[in-house]
Amino acid sequence: MSLTVDMSLDPDEGRALVSLSNAGVRRDGAWLVRGVDLAVRPGEIVTLIGPNGSGKSTTAKMALGILSPDEGRAARRPDVRVAYVPQKVTVDWTLPLTVERFLSLTAKADARDAEAALAATGISHLRFSEVRNLSGGEFQRALLARAMCRKPDLLVLDEPVQGVDYTGEIALYELIKRIRDDLGCGVLLISHDLHVVMAATDHVICLNGHVCCQGAPVAVASSDEYRRLFGGRASDTLAVYEHHHDHTHLPDGRVRHADGSVTDHCHPHAPAQEPDATTGEENRHAG
Amino acid sequence: MLDDFFVRALVAGIGVAAIAGPLGCFVVWRRLAYFGDTLSHAALLGVGLALLLQVNVTLAVFAVSAGVSLALLALQRRASLSSDALLGLLSHSALALGLVALAFMTWVRFDLMGLLFGDILAVSVRDIALVYGGGAVVLAVLAWIWRPLFAATVNPELAEAEGLNPERANIVFMLLMAVVIAIAMKIVGVLLITAMLIIPAATARRFSSGPEQMAVLAALFGMVSVVGGLFASLEWDTPSGPSIVVAALALFLASLSPLASAITNALRRNAGQKSEVPQQ
Repeated sequence: MSLTVDMSLDPDEGRALVSLSNAGVRRDGAWLVRGVDLAVRPGEIVTLIGPNGSGKSTTAKMALGILSPDEGRAARRPDVRVAYVPQKVTVDWTLPLTVERFLSLTAKADARDAEAALAATGISHLRFSEVRNLSGGEFQRALLARAMCRKPDLLVLDEPVQGVDYTGEIALYELIKRIRDDLGCGVLLISHDLHVVMAATDHVICLNGHVCCQGAPVAVASSDEYRRLFGGRASDTLAVYEHHHDHTHLPDGRVRHADGSVTDHCHPHAPAQEPDATTGEENRHAG
Repeated sequence: MLDDFFVRALVAGIGVAAIAGPLGCFVVWRRLAYFGDTLSHAALLGVGLALLLQVNVTLAVFAVSAGVSLALLALQRRASLSSDALLGLLSHSALALGLVALAFMTWVRFDLMGLLFGDILAVSVRDIALVYGGGAVVLAVLAWIWRPLFAATVNPELAEAEGLNPERANIVFMLLMAVVIAIAMKIVGVLLITAMLIIPAATARRFSSGPEQMAVLAALFGMVSVVGGLFASLEWDTPSGPSIVVAALALFLASLSPLASAITNALRRNAGQKSEVPQQ
């Protein structure tokens, strides 16, 4: 049996900034993701991991209210101030938009906050550059700076370190942790990496069309081997998540359980025609 | 030297340019050029219905354009056709319906050319009042929805997540477009309204470093086009609507010239110098 039911019984759910219970989204007859339970409380960092197409972004969008669940429930505390760093923002060349104006996109950013955010993300020199001329990594920093200016209660980041080099990745993770420490905000972070997460993460949820497993990451510092692998500074910032799946996703979308039996889906109330939401090798990462 | 009708034409044209510029920026940013065409084709149907039902033409045009906008929103949500196919369907159906409706009304004396290409020289004082009254409302509403509309243009999901209600901004924007079509139809004609929306905005793009700046510049370039086009039309006895669009095109082409690049670069350098001040 999977661990998906545990959190829906959580007595703290009322205090959560945002919570999903048994939430799922269906498109064109196929479940993009289903049976997700999660809660983000103030000061907590929750990391979502999973292969491509596993429903991480869909889950984040349910939490943000961009998608409403077709099944289950999504609840946000009404007064929550949200900042969102989407996975992909393309700025059309017809749009004249400087980094400074971008910071005030959804609400006027205070000049001092803007300066501090640009300095913290290391892009002060790009303040008056056009957004469309930024490199991928620079744009990620601009997105994060914009989110910082909002002083959010809930910060949702969809693969915030994509296109950023390894050193930059460590720096951005440190910055996200600092934002959390300064503002006391809850963070919902989607990671592009299946095994390495922010060390400050309180809770990891591994998705693959449903919650495959969840738990706390293992500090890199606790293992000499990992420490050698990551290097000095990184070992304080990154942590390793060890998957503990009780089932394997087969390439045709069916699921093989620990006892060897094969079913159409491991979701408890899955219908027989459950879609093939995942393909290829990458989802067979069962531990 | 300036006849009274000519002054009226100038005043009305400048008013239309002031509204079309900022709205046209959103048309360019959101790639809605074809949407402008669709609405203006629908305007013809509005005229036909107004004549048939004996109601105010401007009101009928607004009603039909607004109806087409909302139909588009509804169709986009459920139909499996792409937006451009839907626009083509709506656009040409409305145009054909309008022309058929007009053809049936043989008892109406009707200036089709004036409708298609505008009759700016026949602008009345009431028309001017309509342009400025309606225009003031349009610009005020646009200012009110500016931030959510712009944020939704950059990224609708981000705007939605941060509580800006992009859906509402979209609907208001489409209604504003319908108002502008209804107001501008008489001045530049059904076929050329989209040009007034797009060409000044396209010219303004090269000189702008921010959206607000681009909106103001687009309005200014539109006004210059109106003045230039009307004087040319007076001089060479050409139809006023097309002359204004040709003037706008000339401005656009001039903006691509080396001289314009030099000006743009100078502006950029200036902005760059300013950028260093706060850091020191």
